[in-house]
This record gives sequence, C-alpha cells and structure tokens, in this order.
Amino acid sequence: MSAARKNDGEHFVAAGDFDPHSAAALTPEQEKYFFASRRQLMWWKLKRHKVAVVCGAILAALYASTLVSEFISPYNLHTRDTRHLYAPPQTLHLFHRGDWVGPFVYGYDHHLNMDNLKREYTPNPDKVQKLRFFCSGDSYRFWGKIEMDFHFVCPAEDGTLFLFGTDRLGRDMFSRVVYGARISLLIGLVGIAASLFLGLLLGGLAGYYGGWVDSGVQRLIEILRSFPELPLWMALSAVLPVTWSPVLVFFGITLILALLDWTGLARAVRSKLLALREEDYCAAARLMGARPGRIIRRHLLPGFTSHIIASATLSIPAMILGETALSFLGLGLRPPITSWGVLLNEAQNMNVVALYPWLILPVAPVVVVILAFNFFGDGLRDAADPYR
Amino acid sequence: MFHYVFKRIALMAPTLAVISFIIFVIIQLPPGDYLETYIAELESQGESVDREKIDFLRRQYGLDQPLPLQYANWIGGFFHGDWGYSFEHDLPVREVIGDRVFLTIIVSVITILFTWAVAFPIGIYSATHQYSWGDYGLTFLGFLGLATPNFLLALIMLYLANIWFGTSIGGLMDPQYLDQPWSWGKFVSVLEHLWIPVVVIGTSGTAGMIRRLRANLLDELEKQYVLTGKAKGLPPFRLLSKYPLRVALNFFIADIGSLLPSVISGAEIVAIVLSLPTTGPMLLSALQSQDMYLAGTFLLFLAALTVAGMLLSDLLLAWLDPRIRLQGEAAQ
Repeated sequence: MSAARKNDGEHFVAAGDFDPHSAAALTPEQEKYFFASRRQLMWWKLKRHKVAVVCGAILAALYASTLVSEFISPYNLHTRDTRHLYAPPQTLHLFHRGDWVGPFVYGYDHHLNMDNLKREYTPNPDKVQKLRFFCSGDSYRFWGKIEMDFHFVCPAEDGTLFLFGTDRLGRDMFSRVVYGARISLLIGLVGIAASLFLGLLLGGLAGYYGGWVDSGVQRLIEILRSFPELPLWMALSAVLPVTWSPVLVFFGITLILALLDWTGLARAVRSKLLALREEDYCAAARLMGARPGRIIRRHLLPGFTSHIIASATLSIPAMILGETALSFLGLGLRPPITSWGVLLNEAQNMNVVALYPWLILPVAPVVVVILAFNFFGDGLRDAADPYR
Repeated sequence: MFHYVFKRIALMAPTLAVISFIIFVIIQLPPGDYLETYIAELESQGESVDREKIDFLRRQYGLDQPLPLQYANWIGGFFHGDWGYSFEHDLPVREVIGDRVFLTIIVSVITILFTWAVAFPIGIYSATHQYSWGDYGLTFLGFLGLATPNFLLALIMLYLANIWFGTSIGGLMDPQYLDQPWSWGKFVSVLEHLWIPVVVIGTSGTAGMIRRLRANLLDELEKQYVLTGKAKGLPPFRLLSKYPLRVALNFFIADIGSLLPSVISGAEIVAIVLSLPTTGPMLLSALQSQDMYLAGTFLLFLAALTVAGMLLSDLLLAWLDPRIRLQGEAAQ
C-alpha cells in the first residue's frame, strides 16, 4: 500500500499484488498454537504448572530407582549385621576436625547397658569411615538373573553405613526402604490398572447403554461407597488364606484395593460418556453402522482418555496408603515381601517407637510419594482440558 | 417433603439389606468356621474337647445349615436383640461390645465437628485469597495432612507425648473409669482424652474438605450476582456472608456423606494404634481369629452408621435447600 498518491483527484490503486488472506494471516506463534495437537497443548499447559512438573520428576525418579534398587542400596534386602542390632542412624559428615575428607561417617562403639539391657551406640570420632562410590559390596542377582556386586555407594572396608539405622535383626533400614519402594510403588500401578479395568468396563457399559444397566451400576456404586473402606479391606484381607505364597497375597491385596476403588473412575467414565455420546460425530458413526464396541473404543475413548488418566493418577495415593495401612496392621503383605507398610509393621508397638524412633522413618517416602501424586494429578487434571 | 423423606428411607432399606448380605458372605468366606479352628487348637494342645458344648453351639447358631438360612437366622436375630455369639470371648456379642459402639459414634461425630470447625475458616480464607501465599501454605498443610497416614500421625503423637509429658496418651478415659457406668467424672475424662484421636483422624478429612469448600466458594464468587453486589457497593464481608457462604454451607451438609466413610475408616485404625476402647481393636482381633458374629456385627454396625449418616445429611439438605426439596416433589 505504498504506491505514490497523485494529487489530481484520481482513484488510488495499490501497485503491488494483493493477498486476500493477509487479513486472516497468523503470526508464527499463533500458528503454532492453533495447529498444535491436543497432546501438545496438554503438555504446554502441564509445563506451566511448576509444582506438578517438579512432582512428576520426583515420581519418575522414584519409579526409575525401583529398576535399579540393588545398585542404589548399600546393602542387600536381607543382609544382617548382627553386631549392630537397633543401631541408630549414622549422620553423614564432610569435615573431620576441620579438614576436608569427603562424605564419611563415624563408626559406632557399642556396649550393652546392663541396667536396662539396651544396646547403646556412640559414634567414635577416631573411626573415620570414608564412603566408597561405584564400588563392589554385597553380591546380588540383578533382576533375579545376573550375578553382580556393583553398588553406587558402599561403607568403608570393615565399616558400616546405616543412614536410617538398623532394625531388630541388624538390617539396614535405608536399603530396605529403597527395596520397599518396589512393592509400594508397584502396588499403586497394578492396583490402578485393575481398578481402571473395572471402572472402564462398568462405567462404559452404564454410560453407553443407560437404562437399567446404568441404574444397576449406579446402585452398586452407591452401596460400595457407603462402606467404610478400611474395615472392609481388613475383612477381605483377613479372608486371604494363610497358605498362599507371598506373590499370591500381593495380587490378592491389590485386587482387594481395586475392588473398592473403581467406583470413582466408573462415575467419571460414565458421566463423560453420557455427554460425549450425544455429540454429532458419534451419531454419524452410529448411522454408518459402527458397532457399540467400535464407537466406544474408536470415537469415545480418545475424547476422555486424558481425564481418566488424571483421575487415575489422583487415586493411586489411596491405593498406596491402603496397602501401607493393611500391612501395618499385619493383614496385608507378609515378609519376605518388603513394602513400606511391612517395614512400618515393626513400628506398631509403642515401646519400640519410644526406644528406636528411626523405625518410623519409612513414613517419609510414603508422605513424599502421596504428596507428589496429589500435586502431579492436580496438574494433569488441569492440563487434561487444554481448551479452557 | 414427607414424600421425599419416605422415598429416601425406603431406598435405604434395600441398601442395608445388600450390605448386610455382602458382609455375611465375606465373613463366611474363609474355609471352616471358628468352632473347627477352636477344636483343632484344643486338640493340638492335648486338651479334651467338650463335644456337647461344641455341638450345642453349632446347633444353636445353625453352623451346619446352608448359607441362606444362616444369613436369615443372623439377620432375624437383630430384630429381637440377639446379635449372635462371640466364640472367642464366650459371651453374647451384645455383652462383648458393651459401649464400644456408642464411643465410636461419639468419636466420629466429634471428629466431623472438628473437621468443620477447622475447614470452614481455612476454606473461606483460601477462596477469598486465591493464589496468595496464605492460600498456597494452607493448601500445602492440608495436603500434608492428607498424605500422612492417620496411624503414623497417631504413633508420632504418642511418641512426642511420651517424650514431652512422660505420660501415655493412649486410651479414651482414665483407667479407673473403664467398665464403669457413665458419670460426670467419666464424661470429663473421656473429653480429656478425646482430642488426640479427634485431631489425628480429622487431619485427612479436613484437607479434602478445605479443597472442596475452596473450589465451591470460588465457583460461587465468579457468579454475576456477586459482581452485581460488588458494583452496588456492598462491603466485602457482607457480600461474602450474605449469599456465597450460605450456598457453600449446603455443601458442608452434603459432604457428610463422603466424609463419614473416611472418618470411620480412620477411626478404626487410629483406635488400634491408640488402643481406644472403640470398635477398632476388637474388630481386628475378631477378624484375625475368625470370630464371625462379632466381626460381622462390627462391620454391619459401621456400614449402618455410614448409611444413616448419609440419610441424615440428605434429609438435612432437603430441609435446607428448597431446590432439592421441590425437585423431589416435582418428580412425583
């Protein structure tokens, strides 16, 4: 539009070519935003939620750690140090008498207090035990297959490293907490998978068919929800036969947790389906003769997957807490399977807690995981609806 | 209103029936019954078994009959005050339970009141100061309460009380009042002990409540009538308390339904840790020893308590909120 303007009253005509689309042209940023896929939009929205990103990273790190628990923990799950029963946690130091040594712990002197028969441990400032990194220690079978003895961190030769103290058999609590993460975190995932299956199935049927199927499922949900969860969990896990192997018990407990948990997911699925099945594209598919299964899978599921993932994430904490509570009461998992709840079972007795308070340390990872799942799930839920 | 109440109560009966049947099936699931375990235990210790008593008990409680008949007997007993027989304690269930049921109700009700008292001001503050530091801090505290397992909080408090006061804070009353009839002294003693379980059980429910109150109030604050009120120059407090808060109050009543099951769950496990004379510890031991009538009575009672609480909240809500009341009548 920069053509020279003549002053003699003639019409003005631009000399250059006119692009009729110029008015609606998008800047590159706008273009990127408007043409982004749904997944891309959700990712952007999730990234804005800083707390959720941090919590997601923590969870990812924890889950990754369960793949290499053997490598991370300084001791094996069942390694016993009979000279250090109920030893309190050793603190990490960097400087010894003002000189830089690097990470080390002071070794323990212990003696038996003959008055109350309690073992007393005192750190000995002369025993500087420098930690070794990427070292060989207890040998283990990596993933139950490969024989290895490679650890990320080991105690000094003939030294000890009990960051969380030891239990009544002299086993390192820190190593046990690292191993316990495997079962505790896994039970959340397996449980939510079972719960998702039930929720999708029953919620999907109720939402798609409506009518008496819907009201039947709704009544069932109402009845299950009016049960106080924990007593019912306790009753169901008391039913598991004592003769079952620990692995069977694990799946039994997971199933029990899922049996009461699917109701929330089923409700979410149902209400979403009810809304989506009225959409035009769904009616079109139906008119073209698509079968219900195909409509649900192909046309409806993608519409609410993100919501379902978000609500599933938010109900994982309940599973982990449920397992912890049951194992704590002695009704859940049993040794040799080790979860955080099983570790806490040792702290059930008040006298034990008063004398050896470090036995309640496994509660720390439980709290961290629950918090992380809650915040991450919150962020996911917000991100699940990127158009708002 | 009468129709609504009637309909709601009529709906409760089948729910309770299904629940009681589920409970009965669950406590029947383990192979064998208590008497068999009992006989095996006695025989393994080389003691003689009183066959006559065993046979009498088996006949009395119909353990040799088919399942549906056993169920009918069990449920039928409830209607004339026979709650079955506790094999473990060798007493009728009614006598074993004593005032445990009553104490459970007290603990639950007070916990809910505590939850309200804490969640209400915090929820309002969080909603009116959205995204402020106070909001974030309180939300985080709430989440922390949600994430700390009840029983561990109980353990930690026991531990701290042991260190700081050198006393045991377990139990629900001073020892001298145990198994005593209710008196003023006993009542005061219960109140003195009650706050710890109430705080411990309340923490997890409070967090959820704060979140929901905040969300509800935020929804309400975005509505146009609030904007109108603001434009007309209503002072902020009056604007808040006159309308949005009253709407949010309804939700407080409605939330009993979702709060009660979690409060009762929490009360059970905390009671086990703190050894409160409520239903928790006895339910655990009954489940472990397969004392089916005792465990069944506890489970049924806890479920009935939840259902009754939900009914109460629905009725209160109908009384409070004309929308629900009128909708119920329009459906006739």
